[in-house]
Amino acid sequence: MNGGTRGGVPILRLGDVLVTGLLNELDDKGALAFTEELTERIVADRARGVVIDISRLEIIDSFVARTLMELTTTSRLLGSRVIVAGMRPAVAITLVELGLRLSGVETTLNAEQGLRALGWEQTLVPPAERGAR
Amino acid sequence: MTVYGDIDEVPTRPAGDGTRLTHEIRAEEDLLSARHTVREATLRAGFGLVDQTRIVTAASELARNAYVHGGGGILVIEPVQRDGRHGLRLRVSDDGPGIADLDAAFTDGYTTGAGLGHGLGGARRLMDEFEVRSAPGQGTTVTAIRWNGPR
Repeated sequence: MNGGTRGGVPILRLGDVLVTGLLNELDDKGALAFTEELTERIVADRARGVVIDISRLEIIDSFVARTLMELTTTSRLLGSRVIVAGMRPAVAITLVELGLRLSGVETTLNAEQGLRALGWEQTLVPPAERGAR
Repeated sequence: MTVYGDIDEVPTRPAGDGTRLTHEIRAEEDLLSARHTVREATLRAGFGLVDQTRIVTAASELARNAYVHGGGGILVIEPVQRDGRHGLRLRVSDDGPGIADLDAAFTDGYTTGAGLGHGLGGARRLMDEFEVRSAPGQGTTVTAIRWNGPR
């Protein structure tokens, strides 16, 4: 959000999946910069899926909601599947009361489940290590 | 002057330490700092997490409306009490063109700007009391209260 980097959350590539997140300090410029950077990376990295962790977002207002919906649609047009992961319960309650259902936006409980939905289960959590987590 | 809603001003009085916070909304960065100020006020007023989120989100919608449609404005945050209940009052005033059709402005999906058209109606649903005063050429003032505790 300050200058070139938009808040310090990098976009990581894991195979053909991109993983990134949004910070609570997301302002309008940051939201638009995020959309541009992510869509460019989807094409450049030929990503078939994207997990966006939003567990740090303390509020989602109608502007951020619109950003997420447009980002999902844009990515789908490019051929990539966006998963929004880790929404806080208070944010979900508030969004519903606002009248925003984030139609068309795929969500998961957390980033790990988002990755699993994109086929990363075995790689991320080998069965032998499950008991230790 | 068109008025939507009705907040009974008389028995509402300052509460707590009476801290009245004023926040200017002149630039986009002010939307973010306004949210911080409102968050602090909700914490000081003792609101739970979900209510904090409701109030900060409503403030964000109202501040954005004032910035986008009103060319900027002022947000006043004030702890209030009435009949033994404590709450927080937000008042956002701008000197913009005013809202020509208040009923339409409350309709979900109605938008003249960059949002989803849920701003005003959505903010009303997140707060307990809501009032809009507007006149063509004389700006818009939105006042909203959220009460703490069971409703």
